[in-house]
Amino acid sequence: MAKLRGTGMAAVNYPTGMNLGGDPSQALVHATTSGSFVVTLSATDLGQGLRTVIGQIAAETLGVAYDQVVVDTADTDTGPHDMGTFASRATHRVGNAVIAAAVEARKALLDVAAEEFEASVDEIELDGHGNLMVRGVPARSMPVAEVASMAQFKYGRTIAGRGSFMKPRSEVDPETGAMDPDSTEAHACTVAEVEVDTETGEVTVLSIRSAYEVGRQVNPALVQGQITGGAWMGMSHALYETTAPYYPAPDHSPRDFSEYLMPGPLELPEIDCVVLEMPSSNGPYGVKGIGEMTANSPIPAIVNAIYHATGVRIDSLPVTPEKILRGLDARRP
Amino acid sequence: MTAPLEVVGRSVERSDAVGHVTGRTRFAADRAFPGMLHLKMVRSPLHHARVRGIDLSEAERVPGFVRALTAADVPHNRYTILSLIGVEPEEEFVLAEDRVRFKGEAIVAIVAETEEAAMEAVAKVRLDLDELPAVFDVEEALKPGAPIVTHWGNNTFMYEGHPCRRVRLGDVEAAFARADHIVEGVYNSSPIEHAPLETTGCIAVPEGGRFTVYTNTQALYFSLDNTSIILQVPGNRLHFIGGTVGGGFGGKVDVIVEPIATLAAMKTGRPVRFVYSRSEEMQVSSTRSAWRIYLKDGVTADGRIIARKVTSYADSGAYSRQTPYALTKHAANAAGPYAIPNVSIDAYCVYTNRQPTSAMRGFGVTMASFALEVQMDRIAETVGLDPWSIRFLNAYRNGDMKPHRKLADDATLIETMQAAAALVGHELTAEQQAMTSAPRAGGDPGGR
Repeated sequence: MAKLRGTGMAAVNYPTGMNLGGDPSQALVHATTSGSFVVTLSATDLGQGLRTVIGQIAAETLGVAYDQVVVDTADTDTGPHDMGTFASRATHRVGNAVIAAAVEARKALLDVAAEEFEASVDEIELDGHGNLMVRGVPARSMPVAEVASMAQFKYGRTIAGRGSFMKPRSEVDPETGAMDPDSTEAHACTVAEVEVDTETGEVTVLSIRSAYEVGRQVNPALVQGQITGGAWMGMSHALYETTAPYYPAPDHSPRDFSEYLMPGPLELPEIDCVVLEMPSSNGPYGVKGIGEMTANSPIPAIVNAIYHATGVRIDSLPVTPEKILRGLDARRP
Repeated sequence: MTAPLEVVGRSVERSDAVGHVTGRTRFAADRAFPGMLHLKMVRSPLHHARVRGIDLSEAERVPGFVRALTAADVPHNRYTILSLIGVEPEEEFVLAEDRVRFKGEAIVAIVAETEEAAMEAVAKVRLDLDELPAVFDVEEALKPGAPIVTHWGNNTFMYEGHPCRRVRLGDVEAAFARADHIVEGVYNSSPIEHAPLETTGCIAVPEGGRFTVYTNTQALYFSLDNTSIILQVPGNRLHFIGGTVGGGFGGKVDVIVEPIATLAAMKTGRPVRFVYSRSEEMQVSSTRSAWRIYLKDGVTADGRIIARKVTSYADSGAYSRQTPYALTKHAANAAGPYAIPNVSIDAYCVYTNRQPTSAMRGFGVTMASFALEVQMDRIAETVGLDPWSIRFLNAYRNGDMKPHRKLADDATLIETMQAAAALVGHELTAEQQAMTSAPRAGGDPGGR
């Protein structure tokens, strides 16, 4: 009996969005007289950080600081229509809609400032910290809040923008499967290292190291969070989880977390990654979706590593100790 | 966009981080309203049965019982989430009518003053059920004589006249005939749970002639529009508020709790809370489908894959929910990120008497990636290459035609593998290091 180590790899791509029913999102942006820009949506933040990255995209496009943007979302009475948060679509679709709305709102802001400064619109710039100025003339500068107040009280105008983004519906040809179902593809390559105990059949994942190509990172810490969480989830799918432990028999299905196995903190391997940025042609600032794909490549990488360690090729998930021990038995002369 | 970016690319703090780690975030079901009622579901104890009768007499005598809802109370008693994008037929019931098709299927909704009273009344509902034969395996379900789960006579979802979603490119059989190796594999996965920390739930509140629904849905308008259809009320009578989700992973794209909670609020005129228990989340809410994937590849002696045939079965469970759509996404990705000139894919959405499946992170692709990437190692071993070399050799490039006839224009598999090799210290050949995803001279290689 021994502890055998092995390394396995896998390489995948994953689509951003799914538009076989058409895939639109809308956003509204307006300035308050107190100096904020409010982004109004109905898209939902699942905890992956949608509100945060949408705030960043809005701030970038408007030319203001991140803390000047308020993201108001997930209320169907106030927020314009959005399909929902799934299919790795939200940052891509909502981000594009927000850029369109922010461009329109920014123009309305610059128009008021130009009139006030008696300058042309293309001479006005935002300093990224909440001030508008005539280019090259720092003395002629004014906070966004002041321009927004002037728009209301002196000029009687709104500073607002509307944006929408839609990937149109693609019909599937029922004979050939010809279709245009997504907007772009992100990529990943994962290398997993495992140790297999040939006495117990238990697998310890030692490391999951990956390269991801995600177009553009709006928020690197959140991308890292997706990669780390996905590596854990992929490892869990590969080795632990099922609602049907005797599949296909439906018996003994778990009722709670004491019966539904998942790895805990002590089982967590070393997780490392590098992220490449090769901007997509159609995402906001080149974004591709990373939400779903991070659980995918760790699964086959772990299964391939088990083969490398033991010579046992497992082709059904989850890879339980029983399957490994039976595989080892079958290899004995 | 050539100016340097100021805010995009910075790791600003996540807006909900402090609330989550300090336990102060308010989730949908954390709200309380005066007079709020609690809804609990009477569910089928059998995998497949005919419903002969429902006896509520004992349940109605439980102190705190307010009312029961059965199929006859639901204005349009069909839950077919993809009807929003024109997918047919309508098949699932909000509350069961004459047949239950999985263990846990909702039959009667009990509304009571407290959760305890609701649970007690649920336990006192007497069901008269005739058990029917059940089927749990995707290929068993397709055999002649298998118990039929659907109402249309077979156990597959029909795609425009076909029992599967098809993809066809080139001539697979001709390429198999001239291949040096045929490599075959069968890959299986069991169903898995989304396992969110926060279970699925909502609170529906009557307010000024409208209904406000606080929900943890991933898709507010999916939930609102489906509720509007099921209750046959105009959408502008409904006001859905969401915004904080304690784990989604696709499980909260189903809109299973909102319609019945809103109906209960309508019938009682009081706020109604319907939140899944952990065992409902695990045993009743949708799972990821179990998959069985057959792969057959034709490979040349030097390791080029010239043909790939994929036959996939996803176990949809008793109802299809989002799964037919997952098979289409599967079909668009089931050949993998490789340039394969001859591809044939048949992807079946199969009904069984299992708990229904639906969307889950990686929708239709996760198990394809598992099967394909284990298969790539099998091919590498067959032709005597290492796992990196087989993938570099077959990697798709920009300008290549994907099997679903979309030209690749954003391929970066090669660059991503180069970065991974550098990260782990795997030494690539000079040729592999020099490769890029730039279009091939002469465009798509075609039939090869």
